[in-house]
Amino acid sequence: MTVRIQQSDFDVGAELAALRGANPRVGAITSFVGLARDLNDGREVLEITLEHYPGMTERALEDIEAQARQRWDIIDALIVHRIGVIAPLDQIVLVAVTSMHRHDAFEACRFLIDYLKTDAPFWKKERSPQGSRWVEARASDEQARALWQHREPGK
Amino acid sequence: MKLSVLYFARLRDAIGRPGEDIEVPAEVTTVGELRAWLVQRGAPWSAAFAEVRPVRVAMDQVMALDATRLRDGAEVAFFPPVTGG
Repeated sequence: MTVRIQQSDFDVGAELAALRGANPRVGAITSFVGLARDLNDGREVLEITLEHYPGMTERALEDIEAQARQRWDIIDALIVHRIGVIAPLDQIVLVAVTSMHRHDAFEACRFLIDYLKTDAPFWKKERSPQGSRWVEARASDEQARALWQHREPGK
Repeated sequence: MKLSVLYFARLRDAIGRPGEDIEVPAEVTTVGELRAWLVQRGAPWSAAFAEVRPVRVAMDQVMALDATRLRDGAEVAFFPPVTGG
């Protein structure tokens, strides 16, 4: 398991190759890439500034990954999250999971990004032509997380 | 009890500082009582905690509840709901 918080961009292909490594047991890799949009809640977005709580962020993500390991049979996982100033079209976050079979990799990847959205201490501030504002948390993100809590581990 | 208090995102902007080292009176024993004690100090805490709702809190970098008991020397962070990813 690797958690990285960084200002710089990441190369998805290189990250996935490194996550797989030379492990011939890996039969599936799934990944999710979150991207910066130019539109949010009807407002044009010129750029996003992402901040986080150093220390707690890493702890929270490692805790989320440990929960995923209890639920599914995964081999490894990677979370890369950018901070600082990000523009539309830029990549923000990468979540990737390896497993022997696709079911575990798909489910664990979705679980990791759903929990990251509600439990990892990152905050976005958007700059638009009308000015800057802090992004409000979405109820749909809380609902996505809550759905997992009603499911049995491994399901 | 001595505490290291941190503020993030919109709450930090509203309070005007990233954090402060404080000493609270003995009757402040929980996270909820700490927030109430900060608010009763007046501006800028009172306005900031009224403006930013809901507020989440972590003690020693783990999510906490109002009823969580404070630990002497703890790092207590207040912040809005998270919006990463």
